[in-house]
Amino acid sequence: MKLERRLTQPRWLSVAVPVGSLIVAFAIMGVVLALTGHSPGDTYRKILEAGFTGNGAMSATLISATPILFTGLAAAAAFRMQLFNIGAEGQLYLGAVGASWIALQLGDRDATSTPLFVVAMCAAAAVLGALWALIPGVLRAFARTNEIITSLMLNYVAGLLLTYLIFDSSSYWRDTSTLQARAFPQGKPMPEASNWSTFGTSVVVPLGFLIGILTAFVLWVLYTRMRFGFEVGVIADSPRAARYAGMRTRRKILSVMALSGAIAGIGGASQIGDFTHTLDGSPTGLQAAAFGYTGIVVAALARYNPFAVCLVAVLIGGLQNAGYTLQGPDFPSGLVGVMQGIILFCALGGELLLRYRVRIARVRAGKPVAEGAT
Amino acid sequence: MSVNDSLLVIVLAQAVLYGTPLLYAALGELLAERSGVLNLGVQGMMLFGAAVGFWVTQRVDGSGAVLFLAVVVSALAGGTLAAIHAFLVITLRANQIVSGLALTIFAGGLGLSAYLGTELGLAELPAIHQFSELDVLGLGDLPVVGPILFDQSALVYASWALTLLVALYLGRTRWGLNVRAVGEAPASADAMGVNVTLYRYVHVVVGGAFSGVAGACYSLSITPGWTAGDTLVGGAGWIAIALVIFAFWRADLCLVGAYLFGALSALPFALQAREVDVTPEFLYALPYVMTIIVLVLVSTGLSRRRLGAPAALGVPYVREER
Repeated sequence: MKLERRLTQPRWLSVAVPVGSLIVAFAIMGVVLALTGHSPGDTYRKILEAGFTGNGAMSATLISATPILFTGLAAAAAFRMQLFNIGAEGQLYLGAVGASWIALQLGDRDATSTPLFVVAMCAAAAVLGALWALIPGVLRAFARTNEIITSLMLNYVAGLLLTYLIFDSSSYWRDTSTLQARAFPQGKPMPEASNWSTFGTSVVVPLGFLIGILTAFVLWVLYTRMRFGFEVGVIADSPRAARYAGMRTRRKILSVMALSGAIAGIGGASQIGDFTHTLDGSPTGLQAAAFGYTGIVVAALARYNPFAVCLVAVLIGGLQNAGYTLQGPDFPSGLVGVMQGIILFCALGGELLLRYRVRIARVRAGKPVAEGAT
Repeated sequence: MSVNDSLLVIVLAQAVLYGTPLLYAALGELLAERSGVLNLGVQGMMLFGAAVGFWVTQRVDGSGAVLFLAVVVSALAGGTLAAIHAFLVITLRANQIVSGLALTIFAGGLGLSAYLGTELGLAELPAIHQFSELDVLGLGDLPVVGPILFDQSALVYASWALTLLVALYLGRTRWGLNVRAVGEAPASADAMGVNVTLYRYVHVVVGGAFSGVAGACYSLSITPGWTAGDTLVGGAGWIAIALVIFAFWRADLCLVGAYLFGALSALPFALQAREVDVTPEFLYALPYVMTIIVLVLVSTGLSRRRLGAPAALGVPYVREER
């Protein structure tokens, strides 16, 4: 068997390979399920129903899909330049902190216009998320510090910051109005007007999801239709060529990190505005879901294409939603993470078929067989 | 109050305890990286090793042998996971960063480890067997050095032997020379007749086994038992990866770094035991913040000359395309 580098990539292959990888992943998962004494067919049917086709399943799936749509886009934006921002998790927390701060401030000033809340919350979240992402960004640009580790370490710091704000301080975010709230620390409830609107009746679409799709579109324009994206591509493929061409790599690192952090931050705003309506600092709240890490799965599966991120986010969101709904003896927690891991492994393995052509050379006649398909 | 009860000695003794898993994981990562493969799955391999090791102590009787068996099984578990990564990045030439992250997601606190934990009901089980301190030659009562060096568990003493072994292996043996060649210039190593693929596979898998043992340090020694999620290990897997960078890819410096970060991890508990009033979150954040600071110092201070990173780190080797 020989691998030959492909000179051109057929278009159909870039769709066929991810789809094929998914099928292989579900097949492997089926074997794992069967080995651990669960019926694969049954489990998949339940996942399909709880995640997508069941009554109200799609609405719940969109709730799971919204945050990972943002973190997926954040990862895609950075990974495209070989800038491995693993800090979407923390940037999302900071976004939530910023959004809840501005919402409480506006509430104190008796603002009642929801559009004002939405814009202000997104802006504050984007700024805080971007600033948090700029810490590893600046360190990478000026000190050449590995951004993978610094952005990751900051996730833990951001998580501790959340816990501190709600549990171990009398911060602006903490509710100390009632006796019960003082005994069991919790965040202040947001003003009524800061609840983001939803759309649709049979399938309820949260506003955050729509903002996410809009963000994906903006990202697509930025990366495929503008000079910014072209330069990002050159820097990713050949930093040296970029430097000879006079591209400002440092500045690009900073702007891409800020962009990535801002997107993740807006994801935090959507968590506050769309769903929780309070800053949840407990380890079982915002910190439990690992949105940032799932976003990396989403981005990698989508091969960093913003529109594909939207699709994959719904897919993985459905899987996660099914995981929450079905959690129990038949469907232990952790199964969804295992599935995500296997899907990602298969997608990564499948990349090989995109870049290389597999030729099976017979001992005598070197005739090519088996090409492309997974 | 004797000198051995002073805060400093207690923190230093705890630093060795908390630094040991970091040391195992860093040595493992060192082997993989020296052969040219970055493995970001340390966190996942540690958690899986911790879960599997704890499970073994629940299923088998007998105390001393059981612990030994548990550590061996943890190592096997870590090695198996590392083999997945090795297959993806060496044979299938996948991106090493994304594959390592995938391994952590697959095996980590929301993946395989959590799955095993709930399937086997590990969280409800009390710890039956755990590593206890071995007072070597009765030296444990010596002032200062006693509790720090001579009153630790077998895992600690084994980690010293391992550090020495890895240092000698990389620096003084033919195989070690080959590993370094594979990591620095795989094409030249290949021309010399070194099997690049085999060397990379072996070192990634053995490195993963060390990470598995690192996990067992938590579930069998530091906080015996199993807790769901990332909490058992914290961010230790990631700190271990950073440690390899601080240590300039040298085994002896891994030991120093591990104990430094062990001290930072131990500090909050030691202070809380003394009822010192400090915001706990601030203390818990210390190791993470320090990791960033040290990483920055290392990368700026030495930006002019090479850091000691293997030249081919992260680059797949394809004979036809060299």
